[in-house]
Amino acid sequence: MTTLKDVRVGESATVSKLTGSGALKRRIMDMGLTKGTRVYVRKVAPLGDPVELTVRGYELSIRKDEAASVEVSDVAQGER
Amino acid sequence: MAETVIGLAGNPNCGKTTLFNELTGSNGYVGNWPGVTVEKKQATWRANREVTFVDLPGIYSLSPYTPEEVVSRDYLVTERPDAVINLVDVTNLERNLYLTTQLLETGRPVVVGLNMCDLLKERGDVIDTAALSERLGVPVVEVSALRATNLDELVTKAVAAGQAGKAQAGARCFSPEVEEALGKISQIVSDSCDASLARWYSVKVFERDADAIKELSLSSAQLNQAEKVIKAVERSRDDDAESIITSDRYDWISGVMDACVRKAPKKLSLSEKIDRVVTNRVLGLPIFVAVMFAVYFVAVSTVGTWGTVWANDGVFGDGWLWNPSDQSAYETAVEEYDAGYYSDKIDGFIAAAEADGMSTDGVADAVVALAEDPSDADAQAVVSAFVAEATAADVVATDVPMHDGDGNFLDANEEVVTRIDAEGEPVLADGQELAVIDAVTVSDFEEAVAAQEGAPSLEDYGSFVPSVPSVIEGWLAAAGASEFVTALVLDGIVAGVGAVLGFIPQMLVLFVMLCFLEDCGYMSRVAFVMDRVFRRFGLSGKSFIPMLISSGCGVPGVMATKTIENEKDRRMTAMLTTMIPCGAKTPIIALVMGVLIGGSDAWWVAPMFYFLGLAAIIVSALMLKKTKMFAGEPAPFVMELPNYHFPTLKSWWLHVWERISAYLKKATTIIFAASVVVWFLLEFGFAGWEGGNGAFGFLSLMEGVPEYYTDYSLLAIVGNAVAWIFAPLGADTWQAAAASINALIAKENLVSTFGVIYGIGDATENSVTMWSGFAGMFTDASGILHVGAMCAFVAFNMLDAPCFAAIGTIRRQMDSPKWFWFAIGYQCVFAWVVGLIINQLWELFVLGNFGVWTVVAFVALAAMIFQIARPMPKQGDSEEKILSDLSESAA
Repeated sequence: MTTLKDVRVGESATVSKLTGSGALKRRIMDMGLTKGTRVYVRKVAPLGDPVELTVRGYELSIRKDEAASVEVSDVAQGER
Repeated sequence: MAETVIGLAGNPNCGKTTLFNELTGSNGYVGNWPGVTVEKKQATWRANREVTFVDLPGIYSLSPYTPEEVVSRDYLVTERPDAVINLVDVTNLERNLYLTTQLLETGRPVVVGLNMCDLLKERGDVIDTAALSERLGVPVVEVSALRATNLDELVTKAVAAGQAGKAQAGARCFSPEVEEALGKISQIVSDSCDASLARWYSVKVFERDADAIKELSLSSAQLNQAEKVIKAVERSRDDDAESIITSDRYDWISGVMDACVRKAPKKLSLSEKIDRVVTNRVLGLPIFVAVMFAVYFVAVSTVGTWGTVWANDGVFGDGWLWNPSDQSAYETAVEEYDAGYYSDKIDGFIAAAEADGMSTDGVADAVVALAEDPSDADAQAVVSAFVAEATAADVVATDVPMHDGDGNFLDANEEVVTRIDAEGEPVLADGQELAVIDAVTVSDFEEAVAAQEGAPSLEDYGSFVPSVPSVIEGWLAAAGASEFVTALVLDGIVAGVGAVLGFIPQMLVLFVMLCFLEDCGYMSRVAFVMDRVFRRFGLSGKSFIPMLISSGCGVPGVMATKTIENEKDRRMTAMLTTMIPCGAKTPIIALVMGVLIGGSDAWWVAPMFYFLGLAAIIVSALMLKKTKMFAGEPAPFVMELPNYHFPTLKSWWLHVWERISAYLKKATTIIFAASVVVWFLLEFGFAGWEGGNGAFGFLSLMEGVPEYYTDYSLLAIVGNAVAWIFAPLGADTWQAAAASINALIAKENLVSTFGVIYGIGDATENSVTMWSGFAGMFTDASGILHVGAMCAFVAFNMLDAPCFAAIGTIRRQMDSPKWFWFAIGYQCVFAWVVGLIINQLWELFVLGNFGVWTVVAFVALAAMIFQIARPMPKQGDSEEKILSDLSESAA
């Protein structure tokens, strides 16, 4: 099972499931990471965490721990 | 026309603040929403005072999780504004519309303003406003908050919609299956709520949002009925209700985007190009360090400090020179004057004359009188008689020691002689030679007296501006005010006001920089870069900036916590950031350095104190995040990184002004009142000295009062009463307690209070006499310095409640008595415990003493280690915001 944490910089993936709960899960969904959304991992912070994503046309930063609660599929190189 | 209230809602960074400022001119009410540190702003429309705008916090959703979101939805659902303006950033339309879909459900008339359309056009995208309006079912207006275009149309439409009083039907954004379920739920709740809120509550019941549906007080039969409907949808969609709602909203928005927006082929925007460099994996950190250094350098080291010095020493001190060339001329003159060592010559010559058997009574006083007023005839007579006699006796003073500005002896290499004996005579090391003036003759003496008369004075320069106290003193003298009234006004009130206003220049400089970083979008990147370091301690990456600023001054440091978006992080940072040694604490550091190692050559002492502050913050944060007050799920760090843009001068300035006026309005009263109270304690007391009548009064005007009368003041009484608190720390004297209290006015007062109490007057933290006086307080009868007690006392004063200015700012920032007292109480208790541990460890391991307090210290240490090491305590399920089953809430 692949999560967003495993997606490398420069790759894209499609959200398939959110495994978290409570505030974290709701926040991730509110920011637009819902089932079926295509996500591009743009870069990683200088200290290795968090990562920066492009989702729904804007930049979102998310910690790797939190990215681990986002299951993804269709990992592919490049944006889109 | 009746009064109309319009709520302004929108995502963070959508330009809502700019819109609010444009519409209202930013002169309204600024406060906090009840119970939270979220700012509430309210003001009337410039064009029509009967229209009031309430600025809701920038939010992404109306979820029940963050205080900002809860405040917003409570406002919309319970206070029912007449209409809502939803400002939408079109460069980010998809995510912005997500909030819009939720606002449409609150049953209030909504008007959507499309902001930043110009940026969209630059990008080449086209948006079909009419189609969007049709899809949303509400009016949509293209505006530019920055250029103030179409704003009137936006407000007029909102006012009209508000007057019509009926919310538009709004879009049906859920899938047919969910819409059908909502219809069924709507029938269940329809009797329990207003018709306009039926849809809102239906959705909330479907989401099982515990907070929201509490209002409905549904029966368990109704809840079970609703639960069945929800379960059915959840089964068929294989997902939980909350996710289904969110997904449906975004799916509907995707459809709207396809129909209403035509996107141009994507190019790399300027913002993306900038960000490629700025948060680059390699360059990110160096750029961050450079930006922080620039902020520190300008706000703390240079411009900000000049501003503070100007305000405190100039405007509220001795006056100042507005012409910089006068200022440098003055400084050169002072330097030349100091190089003459005139007062050493005068003192040395008078001493030599006395040694030769001459009577020197009143000569020194006469010289001082002449320095103030060269035409003082009596003084002139005394001095000239002395000169004549000395000339006749041919007095020559030899080997007169030289002193520096702090009154210290100098050696031949112009280094300070760091040791003095009990009589105050210098103690020289092997091979060290005292710096002396070989011979002072009568003519040297006369020259020195003349030089003192003409000592450089600010008032002699053309661009001199007198200080506020001296101007007021002049008025009071002209009005014939009594000495007591003069002292009350100048030392009590004006000094209190000065304490408040002295921070303004530095704060201005700081916020000019911070507001720019915030408005241009870099502040989010600070959190992005620093998050990894700070989240271990339960703080935000943005906590870095308040701490950096606090190393200069805690007042702007606490104010800087405003930029932290998470409430818990914001409170925690405001509580702890003043533990970093600020500029006013450096004299205390210098004093300790002087006592311990005799001078400032040891580079490692000062960093130790910063390290102590940092360690205190980390330890505190680790302990506090497991307490009930800060408990709960850690805030998710799922944060937007907004596009970079250059703020306009106007919005930039308004932002700065908002921060400064917040300080002025809310923090100043407490600072002022506290300064006056401590002044009162210091200046009033009982005449208990030899020959005194024991009466209560204003000390400095009482008969026979000694020069240093602090011993008899109320402050001494208060100090005596609380001295027992410091006994376990090894400093149970009233002097220690009184100095700690006086240090609350300004931390550097700790040093000057000792000067006054021990009668060494203007000795400074760099004076050897001060070092030995301070060390004397911690030295036992056998002459051994108790380093543990001294360090404990200093650590306590470094970490306890900050000065009144910072305390007032913390109060303003917390805006809740409970949180304010918790913060101050924690700081004092924590500082005391740290002092206790330091002193008791020293007692045990160096002096070999063991007692009750040793046990207490070890228990406290163990408790701290336990609190840091133990796992995060489990939270009860009672705080669940979204229920897993509705029947639970019925139970």
